[in-house]
Amino acid sequence: MRDVVITGIGLVSSAGEGLEAHLTALARGGAPNTDAATFEPFPVHPVGALEWDRQIPKKSDQRQMEAWQKLGCYAAGLALDAAGAKEDAALKARMQLIVSAGGGERDYAVDGQVLTGLAKADNPGVFLNERLMGDLRPTLFLAQLSNLLAGNISIVHGVTGASRTFMGEESSGVDALRIARERIASGQDDIFLVGGAYNAERPDVLLIYEMGGFLWKKPYRPVWERPADGGGMILGSGACFLVLESREHAASRGAKPVAALAGVASDRSRRKAGSVEASLHALSRQLNARPDLVISGATGIKGITEDEQAALKDVAPGAAVHATGDLVGHTMEAQPATGVALAAGLIAEGRAGEALVTSIGHWRGEGAIRLTKA
Amino acid sequence: MALRDTQGRPLVAVTGIGTVTSLGQGKDDTWAALTAGRSGIHRINRFPTEGLRTTIAGTIDSVDVEPFCAPMLSERLAMLAAEEAVGQSGLAQEDFPGALFIAVPPVEMEWPQREALAKASGQDGDVTYKDLLKAAGTGRFRPWHDLFIFGTVADRVADRFGTRGSPISLSTACSSGATAIQLGVEAIRRGETEAALCIGTDGSVNPESLIRFSLLSALSTQNENPEGASKPFSKNRDGFVMGEGGAALVLENADSARARGATILGYVLGCGEKGDGFHRTRSSPDGMPAITAIRQALEDAGVVPEDIDYINAHGTSTPENDKMEAMSCTAVFGERMAGLPISSNKSMIGHTLTAAGAVEAVMSLMTIATGRIPPTINYQVPDPAIPLDVVPNVARDARVNYVLSNSFGFGGQNTCLVFGAEPKGA
Repeated sequence: MRDVVITGIGLVSSAGEGLEAHLTALARGGAPNTDAATFEPFPVHPVGALEWDRQIPKKSDQRQMEAWQKLGCYAAGLALDAAGAKEDAALKARMQLIVSAGGGERDYAVDGQVLTGLAKADNPGVFLNERLMGDLRPTLFLAQLSNLLAGNISIVHGVTGASRTFMGEESSGVDALRIARERIASGQDDIFLVGGAYNAERPDVLLIYEMGGFLWKKPYRPVWERPADGGGMILGSGACFLVLESREHAASRGAKPVAALAGVASDRSRRKAGSVEASLHALSRQLNARPDLVISGATGIKGITEDEQAALKDVAPGAAVHATGDLVGHTMEAQPATGVALAAGLIAEGRAGEALVTSIGHWRGEGAIRLTKA
Repeated sequence: MALRDTQGRPLVAVTGIGTVTSLGQGKDDTWAALTAGRSGIHRINRFPTEGLRTTIAGTIDSVDVEPFCAPMLSERLAMLAAEEAVGQSGLAQEDFPGALFIAVPPVEMEWPQREALAKASGQDGDVTYKDLLKAAGTGRFRPWHDLFIFGTVADRVADRFGTRGSPISLSTACSSGATAIQLGVEAIRRGETEAALCIGTDGSVNPESLIRFSLLSALSTQNENPEGASKPFSKNRDGFVMGEGGAALVLENADSARARGATILGYVLGCGEKGDGFHRTRSSPDGMPAITAIRQALEDAGVVPEDIDYINAHGTSTPENDKMEAMSCTAVFGERMAGLPISSNKSMIGHTLTAAGAVEAVMSLMTIATGRIPPTINYQVPDPAIPLDVVPNVARDARVNYVLSNSFGFGGQNTCLVFGAEPKGA
């Protein structure tokens, strides 16, 4: 089996742009950028203003995308830059792409108008048809389709080996890394761009998680402190992409590895009391993890957050523990890659020797990722 | 001796297949209708169609779910197809010894649910998402969180069949079903799993999804004669017809399949894929990505173009796809293409979108098993720009050892699979 290394990181979130900015924010500590007003009573961690032109040069491309796709495309460009791959068209033409994604934004004004009209319509079905036929922008569909983040990355950045889009919230982010790593390790492919993007500043996603009772509705508090007060997650906008390749491939093109992706493990426990704790123990054993650093994807949701904390005491005794939720918020499909990016950055700075990144899905799915020095 | 392919990898056998389409529940019903040249396309009566440009589809109306919505119907279609496939394989129905790869349509909350939230909010003026959020906070809609997140269909299928590990839900648009199979093949070849349950499912014909395709001018508007609307490769083709379907394949390491005495229905010999950065909905004018995907699939299968006996086309009936597909196949198969049978199942069941690649994989294996090639129906006006043997209107008997199945999708997705009765040289 071949070693798999990380050679490029592209990261954007409420903590800023680029790995450097995130490591600085992590070192500084304190509360992350939070917007408590726009979707009150739901705080979100908003992404800062980005100069889209720097990674998505054509305005026509920008117009075809909604925020989640633009965030993803932007972070993908940063990762390609960092890996020294941006200007190598031949390399990008054989680079494989795995994106973890949900779906895109809706037209909230149209939805509101349709709902208002539906209540009074004589024939609601016909009214719905007429309004949707008349009011939906034809291109909005392409901003909603899950696989069109990958499609846009292919168009904007020329990454055209082949793309696959995984869905399924947090798990999709872990499994995207797992499958990419296995394909490289087994020799099937040499180089991948892997990651995800999430826009939290949308009422339709808040709606889904509020229906399930998962959202934190008070001023920001660190994820570990939330369960004692009922628990809940704060969604964050952001995106993270990683360039992964075999050690030999990186060496052959003179790319410097940031860290090694030593293992990715995922599972789907049937959730019950204690199942998350047991699952993390099993995943950690599977990875043979001995971390001195943990980057946790803990959500702050009651039950699973304490379960994770208990497991970490055993599987990572003495390790420094940081939560991505306390830096950028919960970025759902993008959370696992974001954790890996931070862990890789800290390892590259010499602040850790081996890291464990966790991803305990807010509702299902458990994942753990082991990183070591490059 | 271990069963390996020409590259030394484990051979991937198919030991179970199942499907449900607008033509029938189960592979035998669907196959009988498909080889009889019957269409499953009909007028939509699931919802009012006044005001729509397209009023026909290949919906599956015989399957009832509650609440009626795309994820529930997609889940049911996946379950039905998988029950048939796992049943045929002889593997345990509730303790499947391998991973799950499932192509599911992107889900989101639908209009009946939004309306229910709006009503529950008590807002009788202008409704906004603030009102919906207020209603959501009552806790009365808790199950809809699970229903409308992306991992749920896979989770429920994994629970039902007891598949191992974290199930993978995926989308590569209209080639999703083929990608699910490809992921299974790769996992078996890597030795990660002895078996894989690969599923494509799509039950998403609802007003908004139909309107979205309609606004992109992708759908046929020839509503007068629903059964005649899907006309792949014909000169008067004018778009695809949405269809619903589910299909499942049980893939196994051929060694373990043989060791347990399973009947091997055929092999997935090769997979090929290539991205396209030309445009969001159109493919590169030179056809290079599709050509590359076909060539990769042949090479991966260890066969040459001359070995292929039949092509199960993507064949959507859109002006763009059929022209591009014909050109790409001609580039790979050369002069032989004029006489190489290529037909489109979509002429009868419509475009089952996320499920299409899996449904057509099942039909490709049925073609190998029965020696009968399903026709392209509604072929009355040949397109002089597409001089192919599309097996017009009537099924044909032929010895078929190797099939190429094409899948192409929005977002630059091109995925091709090669199925065989036996590996080459066996």
